[in-house]
Amino acid sequence: MLWYLFKRILQLIPVFLGATLLVYFLVFMLPGDPLAALCGEKGCTPGVAAALTEKYHLDDPFLVQYVNYLGGLFTGDLGVNFSGREIGSILENAFPVTARLAIEALVFEGIFGVIFGLYAGLKRGKLFDSTVLVISLIVIAIPIFVLAFMLQFFVGVRLGLAKPTVSGTAGWGELILPAVVLGLVSFAYVLRLTRTSVAENANADYVRTATAKGLTRGRVIRVHILRNSMIPVATFLGADLGALMGGAVVTEGIFNVPGIGSQLYKALTLGDAPTVVSIVSIMVLIFCVANLLVDLLYAWLDPRIRYA
Amino acid sequence: MHKYENTDTTPSPNEGITEPTRERLQPEAAEHAVAGNQKDLPGSALAVEHYIADIDETPVAATDSTVADEAPLSLWRDAWRQLRTKPTFIISVILIVLAVAIAFFPQLFWSEDPSSAECLLQNSNGKASSGHIMGFTAQGCDVFSRVIAGTRASLTVGLFATLGVVVIGGIIGAIAGYFGGWVDAVLARLGDIFFALPLILGALVIMQLPAFRENRGVWTLVAILVLLGWPQVARIMRGAVVEVRNADYVTSARSLGVSSFNVLLRHIIPNAMAPVIVIATISLGTFIVAESTLSYLGIGLPPDVMSWGNDISDGKDAFRSNPMPVFWPGLALSLTVLSFIMLGDALRDALDPKSRKK
Repeated sequence: MLWYLFKRILQLIPVFLGATLLVYFLVFMLPGDPLAALCGEKGCTPGVAAALTEKYHLDDPFLVQYVNYLGGLFTGDLGVNFSGREIGSILENAFPVTARLAIEALVFEGIFGVIFGLYAGLKRGKLFDSTVLVISLIVIAIPIFVLAFMLQFFVGVRLGLAKPTVSGTAGWGELILPAVVLGLVSFAYVLRLTRTSVAENANADYVRTATAKGLTRGRVIRVHILRNSMIPVATFLGADLGALMGGAVVTEGIFNVPGIGSQLYKALTLGDAPTVVSIVSIMVLIFCVANLLVDLLYAWLDPRIRYA
Repeated sequence: MHKYENTDTTPSPNEGITEPTRERLQPEAAEHAVAGNQKDLPGSALAVEHYIADIDETPVAATDSTVADEAPLSLWRDAWRQLRTKPTFIISVILIVLAVAIAFFPQLFWSEDPSSAECLLQNSNGKASSGHIMGFTAQGCDVFSRVIAGTRASLTVGLFATLGVVVIGGIIGAIAGYFGGWVDAVLARLGDIFFALPLILGALVIMQLPAFRENRGVWTLVAILVLLGWPQVARIMRGAVVEVRNADYVTSARSLGVSSFNVLLRHIIPNAMAPVIVIATISLGTFIVAESTLSYLGIGLPPDVMSWGNDISDGKDAFRSNPMPVFWPGLALSLTVLSFIMLGDALRDALDPKSRKK
């Protein structure tokens, strides 16, 4: 197990380096002289320009800058952006908000997706199953921002069940509506995945054995069917974190959530390369770690899987 | 090869047994039944009644009437037989054909070309009227003709992004699966790198590059979607290739002296295509959705291109007072995406005989 963990972490390193290098490379090809942004319309005097170039290592070759940056990333020093603000402090404020949003979205899609999918899979071909399947297809087929506007309008404005936009503090309660929007598409995927997987496992030999040896239906469903159906769902939820982070850019914009997504979008439109790189590399890191955790979860879900 | 003695070439099992045969069987069965009734069990005073089914109730075993001369149906023929009666398949194919027809010949569907027609501000957010069945946008343009005109850009993005993903992902996945070893390891890590960049984040970053930002258009968008989307197809292709790599027909082709490349091209890839086609059909739908999301963020298609995504994001500002300019392109987009996903689902069921038994 430990050896497996070690191997997986080793595999993670090139992926993380490759992805951050790619983003770093792309962003530093962005247009715009960073010093021009700093000094405003009049432009810097040559002396100031030289000092700033020196301070931010702008003359170093690309790879040296990248290595410096990575070193900073792992020691917790993210540097300052071009308007002189500490990137660390930007993230410090925005990160917990997005974390709350993502957790709520994951919980929503995980719990409801599995419950509906389980029920549909057990009643395959019945009315509930086909209704839920059609609804899930419709949800997948509608772009997330249209869903966001619709829910914001109907739930937030018409019915007044939730605040249409989120306040600066962005507490758990306020974030429920944006989180539901964010998780809605993935909810449909989780539901469909669970349904297929449950319908497949419901006919498995071990389920018949479990029923034959006199276990209650509830226990058969919980322990034998559901647990064995969770592997594809767990894989999906891990990979889905990436889609959630992308979707957060849209959802946070619409609901005015002061999170990472809106910071990223703002930074991109301002051409603030250091912030973009920091945010995207942290997201990539989270994504990689989440998928590692999912891999480790397999052994708990299915004891037949052993890590050598 | 065993052949059914009744040599007429009726393929259907029910027609295989002709009437005279049945009549010939009938008396025998009746005799047997009588014999069964009269037979006393030893040691028992009572005659035990055995019920013997009438011959009409006993199904004629299908194996006896199967003509074994015919070659078995290929996977694709079998899938087609499965598909052609399926309602979801028929509906989605009709919708897709309609969408493709609109994309090719929009002039057949609209009454005026929206790119040359004047948008009158006096019609701003106007209600539906005759000749303008979907009403007007905030700019006073006819929504219906814009929805028709937007079909082409949206479908082109979806179609070509899928094509690119299948070609690039397919080649990389096939090479990784076929050669294995370090080639596989390197390509898998390369795929992981792109996989670790979520689609929208990656597109946001790439779209800020001058080369892309200054040449925004259908093909730029296709390139970005392909660049970020290929690992998914590559993974599936790799899995499928690994599965058939050691099949008997591959070994026999190789031992007959077919070159390594030709084995891959002629024998392995065609047999590994089924799952790739399924995932490609579904991702075609998701690429159309991605186009609209990116257009909404202002990094998709340029504003002068008419597409569903652009129209939806244009209409969003007036959504609360006039939702129709968002609703109609949204409906067109959702229906198209829905048909591709339904088609993919139907294909998956048809191409995977294992899932069909249940």
